[in-house]
Amino acid sequence: MNNETMNQTAAARDAAQPVVEARGLDLTFQTNDGPVQALKDVNLTIDKGDFVSFIGPSGCGKTTFLRVMAALEQPTGGTITVNGMTPDEARRNRAYGYVFQAAGLYPWRTIAKNIRLPLEIMGYSRARQEERVKDVLQLVDLEGFGEKYPWQLSGGMQQRASIARALAFDADILLMDEPFGALDEIVRDHLNEQLLQLWARTNKTIGFVTHSIPEAVYLSTRIVVMSPRPGRITDVIESPLPKERPLEIRDTPEFIEIAHRVREGLRAGHSYDD
Amino acid sequence: MRSLLAVLTVVAAIVVLWYAACAPMNIKGVLTELERGGAQVVPEGAPARRDMSAFGLVAGNSFAIPATWAQERPRLPAPHQVVTELWNTTVMKKITSKRSLVYHGWVTLSATLLGFAIGTGLGILLAVGIVHSRVMDMSVMPWAIVSQTIPIIALAPMIIVVLYSVGVQGILPKAIISAYLSFFPVVVGMVKGLRSPDAMQLDLLKTYNANTNQGFWKLRLPASMPYLFASLKIGIAASLVGAIVGELPTGAVAGLGARLLAGSYYGQTVQIWSALFGAAILAGLLVGLLGLIERATLKRMGMS
Repeated sequence: MNNETMNQTAAARDAAQPVVEARGLDLTFQTNDGPVQALKDVNLTIDKGDFVSFIGPSGCGKTTFLRVMAALEQPTGGTITVNGMTPDEARRNRAYGYVFQAAGLYPWRTIAKNIRLPLEIMGYSRARQEERVKDVLQLVDLEGFGEKYPWQLSGGMQQRASIARALAFDADILLMDEPFGALDEIVRDHLNEQLLQLWARTNKTIGFVTHSIPEAVYLSTRIVVMSPRPGRITDVIESPLPKERPLEIRDTPEFIEIAHRVREGLRAGHSYDD
Repeated sequence: MRSLLAVLTVVAAIVVLWYAACAPMNIKGVLTELERGGAQVVPEGAPARRDMSAFGLVAGNSFAIPATWAQERPRLPAPHQVVTELWNTTVMKKITSKRSLVYHGWVTLSATLLGFAIGTGLGILLAVGIVHSRVMDMSVMPWAIVSQTIPIIALAPMIIVVLYSVGVQGILPKAIISAYLSFFPVVVGMVKGLRSPDAMQLDLLKTYNANTNQGFWKLRLPASMPYLFASLKIGIAASLVGAIVGELPTGAVAGLGARLLAGSYYGQTVQIWSALFGAAILAGLLVGLLGLIERATLKRMGMS
């Protein structure tokens, strides 16, 4: 990347409004074995429409950072804003949809009723609920499965249903914690492709935790490389790949080069020495 | 088909064992009766037989074995005697008769069902409180456990006396004793059931900014259903025991407990055993009915 393009992306970022802004973020868990520093001095800005991946070995704080954004964990130092508010205010304003590693669909609800769950809680009208369920089922390619129960669906389809549930109330931010981690690689490829299409259509800001280098490089506009003990950011890589990404892009030299840089970043974190 | 065979084998084994047990249990009485009737028994004279082993007597008087299955007041009635008594006091008697087991069964059943309803309601309420309040968890749960360590047979008369002195009598004291036994499995099962959603499920609701109420109705309560039914099955059997025990110290004239008591007063072992089997069959029917409701409910919920 030459200087000129770097300046351009920086300029573009200044123009975009930051969705998440973390400054000097610290989080220390008190455990029986003494304090564990899950996050140390994390600085990061996520812009509107970004697809940001967090990658690193386990214990690097990538999930913790996602949970801090979602106000599921409280930082012990530093500042973070989501949509200009504190994470907890953002949560109460239903600013984000969260996708967990397990689909976590309610077994006693059909797929459509599972997707309706957040809408019921948020007090959508019956007609609006129907409408939203129909829209998001289409978005994740599950039309016709609304009346099925979760156990009647494959693991990949269940995870798509859980993404639909997170999209149901149309929050601008989508936070995903290793959503495809438990799926096999063929299904994962397919879902990655669909996720990119979905992102292009909805123009959401996505935070995506993964421990797969190809997945991170394929999906992201920016890749945040993290390393453990203490959990910190070691590198932030801007992807030069175009927004339009067929699966074959993974064989191009650009792709391989970014993947290489991610791997270097992971190695620089000394994460595999101990 | 194979499981049916296994079930029948077990039943057959129990019946054979039972008949076999009748012989030594009843042999002394039978020999006395036969001797009085002029039959030749070995050895002669009741005093000579008193200290002999029952098995020895059976071996020496094998001709008397059929008679051990047909006594009027045996120590251990034979299966067919109990079945005949059950048949005579249920199908062959008008249900309004004081000697009808159906009548007595209904008296006990009504107290059982009322007690079960009270116990289940109380159990669910306590479980909801315990799950949502740490104070209740710490203050109520130990008492619930302690309450079950007191033998109900010791507590029942006192409950009845105390309630009688404040003017409560009739079906309610029995129902309260039966509730006392049935609330506990419901509390334990429902606490476990209401806490069964994992951290991820609770986090998910938090991301929707759902309140406690919504969390209860949309997640905790439906997730607890399988636990609830398991508890209800234990609870209803305990309720029945409670209702029967509640009939014992009151000198009740109606109910399965009264039948047991009257049978033991008058040495009517066949009546005792038929009341016991009546209670067991009733419990089996109640648990089976709950099983059917469980299956229908979970099927409707898409959980089975």
